[in-house]
Amino acid sequence: MERVLFKPLSQVAICGGTHGNELCGVYMLKELPRDRSGTFSLTTVLANPRAVDTCQRFTEKDLNRCFTDTLLSDLLTEDSPYEVRRAQELNALLGPKGSEATMDLVCDLHSTTSNMAICIITHLNDRVGQHLFKYMREKIRSAPVRLILLTSPLSEGYSLDCLGKHSCTIEVGPQPHGVLRADVYNQMREAVDRMLEWIESFNSGTVFEGGEVEGYSMVEKKDYPRDPETQELTAVIHPQLQDNDFCLLKPGDPVFMTFSGETIHYEGDELYPFFVNEGAYYEKNTAFVLGQKQSLLVPSISVEKEQ
Amino acid sequence: MSSNNVVGFDEARRVAIFGGTHGNEMSGVTLVNLWLMNSGEIQRRGVETKAFITNPKAVEKCSRYVDTDLNRAFTTENLSCPSGKDLPYEVQRAQEINTMFGPKGSPEAYDVIFDLHNTTSNMGCTLILESSKDHFNLQLMNYVKKAIAPASCPVLLNEDPCLKYATVRSVAKHPVGLEVGPQPQGVLRSNIFEAMRIILKHALDFIELFNEGVEFPPCTVDVFKVSERMDYPRDDNGNIVAMVHPNLQDCDWEPLTPGDPMFQTFDGKTLPYEGVGSVYPTFINEAAYYEKQQAFVTTRRETLAANAIRKV
Repeated sequence: MERVLFKPLSQVAICGGTHGNELCGVYMLKELPRDRSGTFSLTTVLANPRAVDTCQRFTEKDLNRCFTDTLLSDLLTEDSPYEVRRAQELNALLGPKGSEATMDLVCDLHSTTSNMAICIITHLNDRVGQHLFKYMREKIRSAPVRLILLTSPLSEGYSLDCLGKHSCTIEVGPQPHGVLRADVYNQMREAVDRMLEWIESFNSGTVFEGGEVEGYSMVEKKDYPRDPETQELTAVIHPQLQDNDFCLLKPGDPVFMTFSGETIHYEGDELYPFFVNEGAYYEKNTAFVLGQKQSLLVPSISVEKEQ
Repeated sequence: MSSNNVVGFDEARRVAIFGGTHGNEMSGVTLVNLWLMNSGEIQRRGVETKAFITNPKAVEKCSRYVDTDLNRAFTTENLSCPSGKDLPYEVQRAQEINTMFGPKGSPEAYDVIFDLHNTTSNMGCTLILESSKDHFNLQLMNYVKKAIAPASCPVLLNEDPCLKYATVRSVAKHPVGLEVGPQPQGVLRSNIFEAMRIILKHALDFIELFNEGVEFPPCTVDVFKVSERMDYPRDDNGNIVAMVHPNLQDCDWEPLTPGDPMFQTFDGKTLPYEGVGSVYPTFINEAAYYEKQQAFVTTRRETLAANAIRKV
């Protein structure tokens, strides 16, 4: 596979508090070195300050679903949700999405109540994001590091990180929302430090060798069993699935337990569950996500030298 | 009163089980909703058991509270002030609950209220006691502890007037708090849900036996008595500058000795505990307590003696 060249990553943004109760990112922004000399400028952004103030995921609408082309170009009125307005502000600051002026890399910091350790989320065609994952996986020993691949094109994205030419969301867990755990914070900090290290090294001319990486791409979402009239839950994640993110789920495996103690078994293809029992996903009708594991051949990359 | 004397109590005929006092503590919300549909599991001979959602608006929003913390709202001032729609929602609610299950401090008040809570702290199944002199509650908690042994069921005693607060359960003659964790807010975990259910089953069994006339002999109950609230280190602007140390995180009920790591700054420096003597920390890193300036509470171990009790 031929080596691919990319322009230097001169403008990098790290965002935290996109969900106001995911505290690692909120607290980390203040600790990141901003007055740094080097090959790139670093902008840190508190994405949803109102939600951070009240320690909620969002105030009116999930900010991390507001970056669609439609919502970014919507005419704002008095009734526009705060997060739609804020998304347009962030688009002006870091974007505009899809243009040449946009940030070279946007990294968004998140935490989850699911037992997912460190996950790097990037796009199927984003070689920079994939190399960031590869580097972190090689260097980080304190926790598993996994890759989640988004298969839709960057242009169809709805999340904050698609404001960059390259994107990398760092998701760490398990951590309750509204809680700051030192062990989870330290893991996220290590991931961010390794990312900044890689960017500096890449911009300075290092050739990063390619190779095979393994990632998970979402196939479907499973909701909780619910009462057809009230929509209230009638079962909870089974103890044998709880905390077992990324352990292969086979037909017949327990997935839910009803309140009267009966087990509900999985029916479907052999797939990998993640975001198991994420607190914010009850209202999104998601008990867990199912993904397939895929191998990806990533080319070597290096910076395109100026003529 | 020597421990040879049997203390008589009226039969505990009216018992309430409260869920949703904090709307995002899901085990209690789920259990109470189940029992409102089908109360068979909580029925006992000689007991009228009522399951009740105390803060329905907070439950609907899946938030701890709407205007103010319901579990701090049962002060004399709140309960006696003129009612009205201008009052914070939870103060109105406190007055309604006091009418339905109280009045607090009167002979008409409910005999026992179990208030179901979850915590993000690793507290296991904790029973919360508001008075060291409540022999009925001490005997109930002794019964529950023995029933679930060898699994542990710590008892947290919070009776210091400077540290205790006006809880929803304080309306009853015998208030019992159940705090089960760790569970994130807004999340329902199977193991936590089942653990809370089992504790309640044993507690209701005790009440049934008591009402049938069983005499419970004198006993001792080991408790953890709340001693001090410890806040996070903060800067001059009130911002948190350190996190609960990884060595302390999840170590509820384990001894913390002077010199042990307590907090970790964001650049990795350890701040040690510098108190006098060993303490037993709990409510370590409870999400809801960041706004109450509390990283954890320290407790000291005590053994309480309970007289024999019998129905009169």
